[in-house]
Amino acid sequence: MPPLSVYMVRAALLHLGIGFTLGALMLLDKAIQIDPDLWRLWSIHVELTLVGWIVQLAMGVAFWIMPRFARLPNRYGRRTSFAWGAFALLNAGVLAVSIGTWWTALDTLLVIGRAAELSAVGLFVVHLWPRIKPPGA
Amino acid sequence: MPTLARWYIKAALIYFVLALLAGVIVQARTVIDLPSRLAVLRPVYIHLLTVGWITQLIIGVGYWMFPKFSRDNPRGNERLAWATFILLNLGLALRVISEPQVSVRATPDLSWMLALSAVMQLVAGWLFVINTWARIKER
Repeated sequence: MPPLSVYMVRAALLHLGIGFTLGALMLLDKAIQIDPDLWRLWSIHVELTLVGWIVQLAMGVAFWIMPRFARLPNRYGRRTSFAWGAFALLNAGVLAVSIGTWWTALDTLLVIGRAAELSAVGLFVVHLWPRIKPPGA
Repeated sequence: MPTLARWYIKAALIYFVLALLAGVIVQARTVIDLPSRLAVLRPVYIHLLTVGWITQLIIGVGYWMFPKFSRDNPRGNERLAWATFILLNLGLALRVISEPQVSVRATPDLSWMLALSAVMQLVAGWLFVINTWARIKER
């Protein structure tokens, strides 16, 4: 597994663990009423489990298993820096969106976070596009 | 494909069907005469889909395909992996049974079951993270 995939999949695992923790807290509150404020975690729970976990895991595994270039010095293609940028921007985006949804006064951060996630996906698509190719190409 | 991966993936497929069945029930309520309390199935529908299907499929395929932990112990701690499978599926099943009941405050009170399901799923999630972490490595 290439280093970038190691970082992405491990980051995804952390998001899964934290996302499950927040979800369990809300479910516990539904069962035994701990603190209604726990439900403010709902948007962060969704962000971590959908973008931080599922989306990031798919990206990390895609970087690992999609076809590579046998004839290039870097087998993963010419624009691997784009994929590293995608990793940084995606995680920064998830963090910004999470903070922005918790503190409503920081709704600008929410927009910045979403823009970072969009940029991450754009960079990742530009990196991965040439790797979707027939064998030997 | 190892035995446990087959269990994960087959369980994921069952949850996939159950999730869409719950989705049909939630949606049908708006066009045919079904009890309005069925609306409380929405969180069950979403979690059958995202935990029971997507996350469980990822866990099953990951258990099978991620880099080997070692030659003697290729998939990490197998007991931990089985415990993850049991806790995740039992936890989710208990949620499906108890969450609608608790949401409408019906009797018998199944709050204890819902709390138990939260703890089981939480433990399953972290057990998977712990057991998988060392397998995510450069060859």
